[in-house]
Amino acid sequence: MKRYVVMVAYAPGDWESASPEQRQEYFDAHHAFERYVDEHGVRLASGALCGADTATTVGPGHGDERVVTDGPFVELAEQIGGYYDVRLPDLDRAIAAARLLPATYTVEIRPVLVIEGYESA
Amino acid sequence: MSADEVLAQTVRQEWGRLVALLLGQFRRLDLVEDALGDAVEAAARRWPADGAPAAPAAWLLTAARRRVVDRLRAEAMAQRKEALLVVEATRPAAAGAVMADPGGLVEDDVLRLVLLCCHPSLAPEVAAALALRLVVGVGTADIARLFLVPEPTMAARITRGKRKIVAAGIPYGLPGADALPDRLRTVAQVAYLAFTAGYAPGSGADLLRADLAGAAVGLVRVTLGMRPGEPVLRALLALMLLQHSRRDARVGADGSLVLLPDQDRSLWRADEVAEGVALLSELPADPDPLVESYRLQAVVAALHATAPTAGATRWDLVCDAYAALERVNPSPAVRLAAAVAVAERDGPAAGLAALDGLDAALPTSHRVPAVRGELLARLGRDTEAVEALDVAVARCANEVERAHLEGRRAGLSAAGPR
Repeated sequence: MKRYVVMVAYAPGDWESASPEQRQEYFDAHHAFERYVDEHGVRLASGALCGADTATTVGPGHGDERVVTDGPFVELAEQIGGYYDVRLPDLDRAIAAARLLPATYTVEIRPVLVIEGYESA
Repeated sequence: MSADEVLAQTVRQEWGRLVALLLGQFRRLDLVEDALGDAVEAAARRWPADGAPAAPAAWLLTAARRRVVDRLRAEAMAQRKEALLVVEATRPAAAGAVMADPGGLVEDDVLRLVLLCCHPSLAPEVAAALALRLVVGVGTADIARLFLVPEPTMAARITRGKRKIVAAGIPYGLPGADALPDRLRTVAQVAYLAFTAGYAPGSGADLLRADLAGAAVGLVRVTLGMRPGEPVLRALLALMLLQHSRRDARVGADGSLVLLPDQDRSLWRADEVAEGVALLSELPADPDPLVESYRLQAVVAALHATAPTAGATRWDLVCDAYAALERVNPSPAVRLAAAVAVAERDGPAAGLAALDGLDAALPTSHRVPAVRGELLARLGRDTEAVEALDVAVARCANEVERAHLEGRRAGLSAAGPR
């Protein structure tokens, strides 16, 4: 089993402007994803994120100083809107699960780095 | 055969199987390839003195396996987890018997290796480099030459690819029957990318690139050998063989480019032409656009390859194939090729008309003005022809091709009115 963080990105306002029927399709897609992960692996955590306009970024600074700014650390047309933290056997399963998410999303799959002797991921 | 020749042949024919077998046993991409390299090095020292072994592939496998186990032990000592890892390393030890019987058991291992290297999550140029290295056994320096990048760049690219395979958890397994055709399409695209990199016209060092294009043909052969019914692989192999069969005739004695009509047809590889034509004859039109695109390009290549002389080319059939290709896979490059064929069938004026609109689609290509210049020259409109060739020369980045264009332009300036 490998651990992956599956990040979903979509255009801001996608959810707010969706009709009730579209919202149901989104829910169904997320449930299909979750069912797939439950069948083939483990769901560790997940979350939907508030809009990027609510983000605060603590950036690198000089010496002990850190720079605190309003907004996300990178401005993009699409924003990270949520994540799943899952265990699945391999990348093909992770891709198969990601395919079940709403087709309008861009989905990024990142393996979680295991640091030997630091933690058991 | 001398011991050196036996070794070279074994590496050429068995590399992919050996990598696949070792990977199946140890699942350590980093160790497996190094160990096999070491084993080949040891063989190069020992075999000339001791004589080549009766089963050279089995010798290499055993030597490489010992080296992997040695390194796993060393790692285990370092991590004080010796018992655990050694058990893991020696568990499926039955693979020794597999080499003695080169039957179907190994074939799926090789297919796994091909699919691992050509996984869609790898960038195509990374996948192509990995497949040539791990499946066909092409050296890093030669792969770098094929893709025209410095050797350290290619070494880094291959290392990055291996790291991604391990870190991302790309599986070493066969996908289900529903997903396999899709994955084989990716293999075909990766192989064709490597092939076209080696097929670009040129001179000197580029002759070697033609050899390397042969390695890409080998990759398709290996894969097709395991899934003989796959239309995308059959169509691609036909296309590659028919194009590759002309390699010796495409470069003149002085290194200059020899165009198709001027090539010495006796230099074409008749066996490869025959094999390509035979493959093609069993391939019906395919609803899959990728397969059909390869098939139609192969049809064009076959029409050229089987014409007894350039003048006897069946341009009517070439035009038909290009027209079909434009429907399946419309692209400016296809339209340009189609315009050339139309000019041969219906005359230069018809060809010129077919070029209309292509300048906008291919604003930086030297080929559009080069073709226009040639067609204008055939119509006797030399002044316009020279203007078009001037544009072509200015845009052309390939020295050999540019020399050809300059020669054509000089001929016109001397003969025609300015």
